[in-house]
Amino acid sequence: MLLSSCIEGAPLDSLNPAGPVARQIDGLWWLVFWIAAAIFVLVQGAILVIAFVFRDRRGRQEPKQIHGNNKLEMLWTAIPALILAGIAVPTVKTIFELTDRPDNALTVEVIGHQWWFEYVYPEYGITTANIMVIPAGMPVELKLTSEDVLHNFWVPQLAGKRYLVTGQETYLNLEADQPGEYWGQCAEFCGLSHALMRARVVAVDEAGFEQWVAGQQQPAVEPAEGSPAAEGQATFLNAGCTRCHIIRGVWEEVTRQPPAPDLTHLAGRDYFAGASFDLDAAHLRRWLANPPAMKSGSFMPNLSLNDDEITALIAYLETLE
Amino acid sequence: MTTTASRSTIFRRPKTTTGFWSWITTVDHKKIGIMYGYTAFFFLLVGGLEALLLRIQLAGPEGQFLSQAEYNAMFTMHGTTMVFLVIMPMSAAFMNFLLPLMIGARDVAFPRLNALSYWVFLFGGIFLYSTFLFGTTGAPAGGFLADEVSRLGSAPNAGWFGYAPNTESQYSVGTVLDYWSIGLQIIGLASLLSSVNLITTIFNLRAKGMRLLRMPVFAWMSLVVNFLLAFSLPIIAVALWMITFDRQFGSQFFQAANGGDPILWQHLFWLFGHPEVYILVLPAMGIVSEVLPVFSRKPLFGYAAVVFAGAAIGFLGFGVWAHHMFSSGIGTVAQAAFGLSTMTIAIPTGIKIFNWLGTMWMGRLRFTTPMLFAIGFVAMFTIGGLSGVTHSVVPADWQQTDTYYVVAHFHYVLFGGAIFGIFAGLYYWFPKLTGRMYSEKLGKLHFWLMFIGFNLTFAPMHWLGLQGMVRRTWQYAADTNLGPWNMVVTIGAFVIATSILVFMWNWVVSRRRGVQAGIDPWDARTLEWTIPSPPPQYNFAEIPTVTSLDDFWHRKYTEDDEERPVRREGADALVAELEHTGRHPDRPIHLPAPSYFPIAVGLSLPLVGYGIVYHGEVWGLALLVVGLLATVTSFIGWAQEPSEPEPFGEEG
Repeated sequence: MLLSSCIEGAPLDSLNPAGPVARQIDGLWWLVFWIAAAIFVLVQGAILVIAFVFRDRRGRQEPKQIHGNNKLEMLWTAIPALILAGIAVPTVKTIFELTDRPDNALTVEVIGHQWWFEYVYPEYGITTANIMVIPAGMPVELKLTSEDVLHNFWVPQLAGKRYLVTGQETYLNLEADQPGEYWGQCAEFCGLSHALMRARVVAVDEAGFEQWVAGQQQPAVEPAEGSPAAEGQATFLNAGCTRCHIIRGVWEEVTRQPPAPDLTHLAGRDYFAGASFDLDAAHLRRWLANPPAMKSGSFMPNLSLNDDEITALIAYLETLE
Repeated sequence: MTTTASRSTIFRRPKTTTGFWSWITTVDHKKIGIMYGYTAFFFLLVGGLEALLLRIQLAGPEGQFLSQAEYNAMFTMHGTTMVFLVIMPMSAAFMNFLLPLMIGARDVAFPRLNALSYWVFLFGGIFLYSTFLFGTTGAPAGGFLADEVSRLGSAPNAGWFGYAPNTESQYSVGTVLDYWSIGLQIIGLASLLSSVNLITTIFNLRAKGMRLLRMPVFAWMSLVVNFLLAFSLPIIAVALWMITFDRQFGSQFFQAANGGDPILWQHLFWLFGHPEVYILVLPAMGIVSEVLPVFSRKPLFGYAAVVFAGAAIGFLGFGVWAHHMFSSGIGTVAQAAFGLSTMTIAIPTGIKIFNWLGTMWMGRLRFTTPMLFAIGFVAMFTIGGLSGVTHSVVPADWQQTDTYYVVAHFHYVLFGGAIFGIFAGLYYWFPKLTGRMYSEKLGKLHFWLMFIGFNLTFAPMHWLGLQGMVRRTWQYAADTNLGPWNMVVTIGAFVIATSILVFMWNWVVSRRRGVQAGIDPWDARTLEWTIPSPPPQYNFAEIPTVTSLDDFWHRKYTEDDEERPVRREGADALVAELEHTGRHPDRPIHLPAPSYFPIAVGLSLPLVGYGIVYHGEVWGLALLVVGLLATVTSFIGWAQEPSEPEPFGEEG
């Protein structure tokens, strides 16, 4: 029943691993699953057989008064113990293998915020949000921490979960075999908009990754003078956005804590606001009009922007490739 | 002389044995048990309603039925209610009603303390639920809301596990979390008091000849559970005080920025929380161990093994807490160690399951409603046990934890386990409780509806979780393809709700119009079936002397040379005689007198609670003082209350 009921094409499917870490966990899971399935069939089968064979029916004698059997007790203590010992060995082995710090790994710092993930690439001086870009076929070591409450970083096709703990650093290894987009989700309840704290990991080939890094290291593109985008930049600078958002080359210091996502290359990302919404004009319009209505508890207030300001801002944000 | 003595305290010792005031002042363990039962069932309806709201919200992707704030409040209250206000007090109901009857006692060791437990629980629960009237909540400090939070959303909203630092005042603004932490503190006190009471009862009030290893398994499991309560509740009490102090008085236990440690909360919470799982399920295991032998017409297979396995589960239950924290970033060795210790729990659990199967093996099985629920328990609990073993496989748990796979797992344990066991018990002892039989037809309808609804609801959660549905999620995206199975789950939840309506109908009608049950309708084995149904206030007209395990059965049956039971010639006469003498004690029986003080203390504690929540206001401080004074005064009155034994039975 379990096998036939598996959901096809679920992007958060932990049973459809796409990297060595997740695959090793998956292998261990199926081993345990089949052992558990065998015991399931045995016990449920026994219940059904007993219920059918020994049901009270006409002419059935009073049963023998058996009080127990010590040999059986020992047997059904020892056999499960042996099975568990059999499971314990690969379990412990896998724990140590998967928590080993990999060599030559790319380090990405993951910082949890209510309700979005921030990614910092210390080797490259890059800060981005919501979408983590990694090279395919290369081990990645995540160093995780949280700015506020606990979060839990989970990209099921690539690795298991790891908490982001306030004031502490935790680690998680992850790797993607092939270029592609992998879904993630904050798995630990983290307050009002926990459900809308999602993530994407985009794996690209090596050349693509280098190109991405080079692009991210550039400051933001300056809009052409007199263009709608330039008008949008003026709105950005005047409407209050600069209290929380950085756009490198335009505005680099914020006054308000907690910080908000770095927007320098916003338009290069396909999703925003905790990777919960497609980054397109329609969603941006709704968002800029009233952020807390789309994401309850949002730290971005309703800035009371008028339609023209919103249109200009969208024009500007869309240039931030 | 006694009259003058009774005037020397605050209230006069109450006398009524019937009507409203008799319930308010009662110290009779049976009445207290009944009040526990009805209160817990009421909360079951409330918690179930909350679950239905959650399921409507999740029936399809991107649901809009509840707001985020409402959803978070509902899942928190559903969990908190089901654990602390339904299963724990339901177990307390069984223990209160049955323990003295099973071990041959007149009452529990401390009857007034027993009443106090109930009132503290009741008013603690009301205090917690008053959050829907008075509680306030909002966005975390610095965040914004588009609309104000509705009353439905004005309830604790940080999960039943309340992980710090989300419970700290800068992240959970308003008062709802104070209602949670202080409410649970009060409710926990009730269980702590009752654990001391019931342990003493079991150790000191057993009838002559009722050695420990002649006690019914239910009594044994109660003993284990009450030890678990006595050792684990102080831990959560400490943790709850720490978070209360963090919130109210700026202590920094879990504030990372000031050197506190949010992971500390997890250790404390699960050091309580894991034994709590066994606190919830062991009483049901006890019930099942009573029901299966009676309807198999065989003694329990491996009585000693079942008892020791239960005790072993109790001990091991304290050594596995960190398996709730495998992805919290605890060290590698700790993960391995707690993975292994968790695996060992499967061994005693397996022993129990195999012994229950051994009990049914070669039996003569009568599929009454309690038997169906007991077998359902064994089958469903096995599934929960197996998925539990997959959690001990640490790397697999890194994928499973915080997903619906875990939700599936613990509902198989706590619903397929504890709740099925509780229903087995409710049907099994219904004739003892009411003196009447329930309708088998409706009972079986209830079982099959619940069995099907239960599996529709919780089986799909296994693969929903493995395929990406995280817990406590207000919405899930349509692209996750999780929608169709979620719809099945929601339909299942409504089937369960229907089955509960069938149960209630059966209960209400059968209480009034069921067939007279007599004292021993099941041809049972334990002492509670040797006294009239419903039991008289004094329980036993004559305290029995016990000579063996399943004493009553052996008084009715002997064995032929094939070891098959043969009803003794005088068995029917014996039962008739027990029925008669049970109602007509031959001398006055001294019973503990009722008292007003337990309810007085019970009423005072929430005042203290409100006082702490609102200590920033003058009227809040006033409430705090009034509450404390009322508590202390009630205890002084309690201590001075003269014991005034009231002979019972002359009129017989």
